[in-house]
Amino acid sequence: MKTTRPFILLLLLLAVLCSGLAARIDCWFIGWPGNHEERLDPLDVMIGDAQKLFAGSFYREADVYYHSGYYPTIFDDREAFETAHMAEDTGAVASHNRGDETGFMGPTLDFFDVFNRHFIPNRHTHLDEGGPTDDLGKSQEVREILPWLKISSTLDPEDIRTYLTAAFYLRTRMGKVAEAEQVLREGLRHNPDNPQLLYELGRVYFENYHDLPHARNIWEAALRNWEKQMAGKPDSEKLSFDNKFIVQRLQTHLALLEEAAGHFNAAIAHWEQAKIVSSDPGGVQKHIDELEHTLATQTNAPATAAH
Amino acid sequence: MNKIFAISNVVLLEMYRRKDFYVLFIVTALITAVMGSVTFFKDAEIVRYLKAICLFLIWASSLFIAIGATARQIPAERESRTLFPLMAKPVSRSQILLGKFLGCWLACGVALVIFYAFFGCVAAAREHQWPLANYFQALALHWAMLGIVVAMTLLGSLVLTAVSSNITITFIAAVAILLVGRYLHKVALSMTEPSAAIITGLYYVIPHLELFDVRDLIVHNWPLIPWGIWVIALAYAAAYTALLLLLSWLAFRRKVLQ
Repeated sequence: MKTTRPFILLLLLLAVLCSGLAARIDCWFIGWPGNHEERLDPLDVMIGDAQKLFAGSFYREADVYYHSGYYPTIFDDREAFETAHMAEDTGAVASHNRGDETGFMGPTLDFFDVFNRHFIPNRHTHLDEGGPTDDLGKSQEVREILPWLKISSTLDPEDIRTYLTAAFYLRTRMGKVAEAEQVLREGLRHNPDNPQLLYELGRVYFENYHDLPHARNIWEAALRNWEKQMAGKPDSEKLSFDNKFIVQRLQTHLALLEEAAGHFNAAIAHWEQAKIVSSDPGGVQKHIDELEHTLATQTNAPATAAH
Repeated sequence: MNKIFAISNVVLLEMYRRKDFYVLFIVTALITAVMGSVTFFKDAEIVRYLKAICLFLIWASSLFIAIGATARQIPAERESRTLFPLMAKPVSRSQILLGKFLGCWLACGVALVIFYAFFGCVAAAREHQWPLANYFQALALHWAMLGIVVAMTLLGSLVLTAVSSNITITFIAAVAILLVGRYLHKVALSMTEPSAAIITGLYYVIPHLELFDVRDLIVHNWPLIPWGIWVIALAYAAAYTALLLLLSWLAFRRKVLQ
């Protein structure tokens, strides 16, 4: 007993010393600028900003799955895949694609190449249009892109494309409207007031909930936010391809909403705005003329009835 | 032929006692199970990411098993001096070589059957379908590819002095062919001479292992490969394996064993 007591006392002394030292260091650590405790994400600590690179790869992997593996590598012509087709098909992302999306492999070079193409996905298909089996009843299989989008958005929460794409397929192909709304709201938490996310959220209310006032509020807020973000920026940036695209989408959808609500004057006003940034102003003008004609017929009809 | 089978049987028994396969299988099953336990957007039918991960692990494991096991065969026999009593028996060097090849290749086949059965169960649990013909095609092509790899490793074990260097070089060569073998000719077209000619020559000389990698077809549920094409691919693998075994035999025949 006599021999063990000093060791126990020594242990106790060490324990007290350790606790005291830990408490002292903790006080200093809280005030230290390099303290990451508030966002103790192991990935963040380990790879930092490289997460965005990985996020990009996972986003691309989702598009690979959207094409059931038929996708260009770094050795192929990627012009037709500059913008992910899965995002392009949502209608919420501007397309920068050019060239032939079906022939990125180019002509066959030799007999090995001819033979090889039997052992890889060799046809351009989209998962929500039946995929390799061309069975349109299987459009729900687009769900297979979701894991990669989820991982991508976790790694880079500021990349809005992942939320837009995931939300679109959740609500249109899988009938999961509530989940789609949740995804978009999560996106808005990380990217407050983003016009593209608000545009897609407005579509949820307009196309799925058929809640016109709510959709109108969201789209008008999106336009206001866009104008706020563009304030003080040069015209070249304001009229960039991507900016024109989102303004045109917002104005067009607001016009369609007003048409659905029977507010033709407001609809015409939005069509006029859409015409400025539209790639087909003639087509928009034609629609405005039709609306004006309808409006004139409506206003003349009660007058004729009164006579 | 009986002598070849006898030697291959010994190799199979040795592989059965080794822990490599069990460890790799457990690791594959564990990682697949962990990844499978994750659900995305409350959808329990999402499966392709899981199939891709599982198949990747199977491919990596099978390469480790094939290269690791084959590379040790002849050097281990020489080191432990069991090669000399074996050669004192009425067996030729070619029979030893073929026996070693067959044993390793069969062991890979047994491992693949277990791996693919596991993969099939994982996929069926979520997809509720069992495309046996597709799995059979993929397994056969995979096994044929491993035949080339085993023959390549056997040749390496006779040409290179250390087991570790043989394992490293063969593994790097196999992975490099799998990753870029398909694109060498395309890359050569954008190069100037003489590098273009060298790369094009390399393209025609290397065994095109990537041909046998049909994971994308399995993961994304593509239709079957035409059976005629599939048979030609197997014949291509058989021809390449035979060529590599012939080279191994030439190397082994002249080798001074001490």
